[in-house]
Amino acid sequence: MKMLINVAETVIADALRGMAAAHPELTVDVENRVIVRRDAPVAGKVGLVSGGGSGHEPLHGGFVGPGMLSAACPGEVFTSPVPDQMVRAAAAVDSGAGVLFIVKNYTGDVLNFDMAQELAEDEGIRVAKVLVNDDVAVTDSLYTAGRRGTGATLFVEKIAGAAAEEGRPLERVEALARQVNESSRSFGVALAPCTTPAKGSPTFELPPGELELGVGIHGEPGRERRAMMTSREIADFSVDAILEDLDPRDPVLVLVNGMGATPLLELYGFNAEVQRVLGERGVPVARTLVGNYVTSLDMAGASVTLCRVDEELLRLWDAPVSTAGLRWGM
Amino acid sequence: MLDADFFRRWMTATAAAVEREAERLTALDSPIGDADHGSNLQRGFTAVTAILEKEAPDTPGGVLTLAGRQLISTVGGASGPLYGTLLRRTGKALGEAPEVGVPELAEALRTGVDAVMQLGGAAPGDKTMVDALVPAVDALGESFAAARAAAEEGAGATTPLQARKGRASYLGERSIGHQDPGATSSALLMAALAEAAGE
Repeated sequence: MKMLINVAETVIADALRGMAAAHPELTVDVENRVIVRRDAPVAGKVGLVSGGGSGHEPLHGGFVGPGMLSAACPGEVFTSPVPDQMVRAAAAVDSGAGVLFIVKNYTGDVLNFDMAQELAEDEGIRVAKVLVNDDVAVTDSLYTAGRRGTGATLFVEKIAGAAAEEGRPLERVEALARQVNESSRSFGVALAPCTTPAKGSPTFELPPGELELGVGIHGEPGRERRAMMTSREIADFSVDAILEDLDPRDPVLVLVNGMGATPLLELYGFNAEVQRVLGERGVPVARTLVGNYVTSLDMAGASVTLCRVDEELLRLWDAPVSTAGLRWGM
Repeated sequence: MLDADFFRRWMTATAAAVEREAERLTALDSPIGDADHGSNLQRGFTAVTAILEKEAPDTPGGVLTLAGRQLISTVGGASGPLYGTLLRRTGKALGEAPEVGVPELAEALRTGVDAVMQLGGAAPGDKTMVDALVPAVDALGESFAAARAAAEEGAGATTPLQARKGRASYLGERSIGHQDPGATSSALLMAALAEAAGE
C-alpha cells in the first residue's frame, strides 16, 4: 500500500508539525502531543479536552478552537493517548472554571482518561467526564465493552463547546454534553478496509463484493456482512437500525459522515437517500452536515448519526464555531 | 532472595521477548483487535529499559513501580494502563525492602493482578490477559518454571473462548478460535520472569 509518508514511526509528529504550520491560531506541542487553542486558558470559561487514537481526522485536533474544544490529545494511530497528555492539556486550558473530558467509549480511552482525571484532580483541577457511546451496531451488554463512541462525538464537542463559550458552569456544560450523547445514535458501514501506517496492509479482510454493516471507526466488525447493497438500501438499513433505538419525537441533527475514502459525490448521493428515509419515517430534520469528520484512515464507507434536539441544543449547534475542521458564523 | 538487579533482569528479558515476538503479537491482534499490540508493547518496554538504566532504582519495589509508571506514560490504549497498573501495584506491594523472597513476590503479584482485574473489569474466562496471569500467580508458589508453564497454558486456553472485554468483544462469536494477544504477552512476561530466575 502506497502512503504519502516518510516512515511510519513519525506519522503523528509529522502531521502535528504540518498542523502547526497551517494553523497559527493553535498551539501545537509536537513533543508532548497536545493541541491547544492559542488564547487558552480563557478567563471564566470551562475547558473542553478530548482525545483519542489518531486516524480519525479532523476529529479531535481539527475541532480545537473558539466554540468547540479547548484542547485535543492525539494518540498513536488507533491507540488511546496517555494520561500525561490529558493532564498537560487540562492544565493548559483550566481557567479555574474546571475542565470537561469528552471520552469515546473504548476500553483504552476510558482507562487513560480515568487515570488522567485522578492525576489532574491531584493537581487541583476540577474535572468532569462524559462518555460518548452512540453506536447502535454493538449490543450494549455485560458481554461486550459497550457501545462505541463514533459520530455523536462531533455533536457533543460542538454543542458543549458552544455552551462553554457562553460561560456556562462546568455542571451545566457536562449535563448538556450528556444530553447530546443520550439523544444521539449512529450506524456505519464499510465498503473497503483501512490500512494503518505501522502495518502497511489492510487491518481486516473484506471481499470485493461485500460490505460490513455496523462497522466501527477502527474497522471493527459490527452486525453482519452482506453482498454489496445500493445507496438506497444502505440508507434504509442504517436509518432503521438507528430508529429502532431512538424515539424520534423531536427534530434531528443529521450527520452523514464519510469514513475517509468515499468521495463527497457519493456522500451527497447517500445523504439524499438518508433524507428520503427520514421523510418516509416521519422524522423532521433540523440541520444536516455532510462530509468527512470522524474518519477511519482510508476506509471506504459512511456512517449516519442522528441527534434529537430541543430549542436549546439547536441554538447551541447554530452558535459560531471556528476550528480547522468546522467553521461557521464567525 | 531477589534483589533490584533480579527485577531489572526481569524487565530487560521482557523487553527482549516483546521485541522478538512483536510481529506475532501484532498478527494475533489483527483478526480480533487492531493490529498494534506488538508495536505498542515494544514502544513501552523499550522506554522501560531506558528509564531503569537512567534512574537505577535500588529496591525491587522501586524497579517495578518505575517500570509501571513508564508503561502508563508511553503505551496508551488499554494495554498501557493495564500492564502499567500490574507492575506499579506489584511494586508498591513490595514496599521498600532491598530484597524480597519468592512468597512475597507471589503475594505482591496477586495484588497487582487483582488491581488489573478491578481496573479492566475482567474476570477469568473473559479472554483477556487475566487468563494467563491468574494461573501463573497460582503456580508461582511451586516454581518460576511452573508459573511460566501455567501462563502459557492459560494463554493457549483463550482460543476457544468468546471475548467479553476490550475491542475483541465487538466480534461476539467471531472472536472464538483466536488466541488472545493480551494473554499471549502476559505469558511472555511470566516467561521472562523465569528467565531472570535462571529457570
